[in-house]
Amino acid sequence: MQSPLVEVKNLQKIFNTKQGSLFAVDGVDLHIDQGETLGLVGESGCGKSTTGRLLVRLLKADSGEVLFQGTDIQSLTRKQMKLFARKAQIVFQDPFSSLDPRMSVYEIIAEPLMVHRLLSRGKEMRKKVESLMDYAGIARRYMNSFPHELDGGRRQRVGIARALALDPVFLVLDEPVSALDVSIQAQILNLFEDLQRELKLTYLFIAHDLSVVKHISERIAVMYMGQIAELGRGHEVISRPLHPYSEALVSAIPRIRKHPEKQRIILEGDVPSPIDPPQICRFYGRCFLRQDQCRQPIPLKEVEPGRFVRCIVRQQGSSS
Amino acid sequence: MKQQAVPVKQRKQRTRLQETWRRFIKNKWALSGMALLLFLALTAIGAGFVAPEGIDDQQLTRRFSPPSRENLMGTDHLGRDMLSRIIHGSRLSLSIGFITTTIGLLVGGTLGAIAGYYGGREDQIIMRFMDVILAIPGFIFAVALVTALGPNLTNLMIAVGVNSIPYFARIIRSSVMSVKENEYIEAARAIGSSDAWIITKHVVPNSFAPILVQATLYIGDTIIIAAGLSFLGLGAQPPLPEWGAMLSGGRQYLRDAWWMATFPGIAIMITVLAFNLVGDGLRDALDPRLKR
Repeated sequence: MQSPLVEVKNLQKIFNTKQGSLFAVDGVDLHIDQGETLGLVGESGCGKSTTGRLLVRLLKADSGEVLFQGTDIQSLTRKQMKLFARKAQIVFQDPFSSLDPRMSVYEIIAEPLMVHRLLSRGKEMRKKVESLMDYAGIARRYMNSFPHELDGGRRQRVGIARALALDPVFLVLDEPVSALDVSIQAQILNLFEDLQRELKLTYLFIAHDLSVVKHISERIAVMYMGQIAELGRGHEVISRPLHPYSEALVSAIPRIRKHPEKQRIILEGDVPSPIDPPQICRFYGRCFLRQDQCRQPIPLKEVEPGRFVRCIVRQQGSSS
Repeated sequence: MKQQAVPVKQRKQRTRLQETWRRFIKNKWALSGMALLLFLALTAIGAGFVAPEGIDDQQLTRRFSPPSRENLMGTDHLGRDMLSRIIHGSRLSLSIGFITTTIGLLVGGTLGAIAGYYGGREDQIIMRFMDVILAIPGFIFAVALVTALGPNLTNLMIAVGVNSIPYFARIIRSSVMSVKENEYIEAARAIGSSDAWIITKHVVPNSFAPILVQATLYIGDTIIIAAGLSFLGLGAQPPLPEWGAMLSGGRQYLRDAWWMATFPGIAIMITVLAFNLVGDGLRDALDPRLKR
């Protein structure tokens, strides 16, 4: 087996706020294999976007490692970071704010090429931009349009074309469809699948609900309050969630057929503050399985090959 | 490729610039300000042709002539044609306005952009220094500078320009600070752009509109400050027909020759008014939310 493309070890990112230290990402371990899609799911504020930004080095971690093709990207120099940008790119959530309103579609897509001086301006670059637009499925006649003249789906396609401009091998997709209409979401998801097949891309697909992720991801990681709650093969996590939080998420996927035996799990309470959280199971306050033994830090444990869960009750249940 | 039908309205799309221009010319005040400015600029450029006489053509036989058919604005204490001097003076006032504002815009803009973009220590150092300059009343600061450097036109422009640096630094800092929070700045960083690239290609173009407005409005202010300094004898030296200096020269003859002080004053007023009208019009045109 080849070594994974991205390997994350005990990643931690703490934001200092006036109220105290905000543990946005608190000890995340995961790896992403070449050519696969890892879905990262969790509710707002659980640290999934921060994780994505740490992986493309838009943010610097406070501790832990992000190994990309074996090298730690935390210690890159300015020059190396520029080279790293050619391998790892990000597609942003909101295509309305992530495109510079004063730039035309052409300029937005060509900008990475200009920054890296990859092609001479003029015919060569125009050709490249045209082919990128074809890849992303935007008609060439929009080349001189401005972002405000396009709808959300087309804007997101511009964002995708831009991310592809440097021929990256790894893309972080930070909720790339959650700002779009449902009718367009499916188109964009299909586009991601086509691109992955054609360009042999590796994805980290971030989303806040499982229904978007389940079709596109080989493996799914569920995040809760800066930690991975559960990680495993996609269909296994969905059909047989182990962590009570993922169970609640799975039960929230809308279904057409009625499953009388499967009740929607409504979690009580709110997400506790991620500022200086107590050293117990992060899910303790909202969990329907909670016991006294949960009042201690819970490690992420491999319960089956490739299946990790951070719940002491379920860890014991599956080992016995 | 999947393509939906495209609505026909495509052709009617305008660029932002065209849209701004359309709103600008709908504003009557702004348009008249623009016309006035154009008129002033043309007379300034063609002063040699438009003005009937030179700036220092003294004819002592016609000293203190009131406005008449020969001398539309009368003559001064040395028998020089006021109209000609005012026309030539428009060159001085306009170039003072533009040059000082450019000094302020370039220096203050660079400092403000650095302070706003990097924040933290750079911001503290630059902005506290600007606060020091702002703590001294602007006019007095300019007086002190000109006195120290020696009273002439160049030093006057330097003094007024330096005076405007903190003003522009503040405006540009705040507008850069709001622009840099946009996600497209992060998107630019993600593709590996350098700070210099981000500032020049994204931050400056996007914070340009409010700066342009302030610069236009400020040109009027600098003309007034410069005229004030010249009035005190700290700017243009005789025989240069600077309006402030002419106003000051006419002041002592106000009882007998009202035209000597009145016409330069009116010239200053019209010029400043024109810049303010254009500035206000630009502001409304660039930010339609402010109006109605």
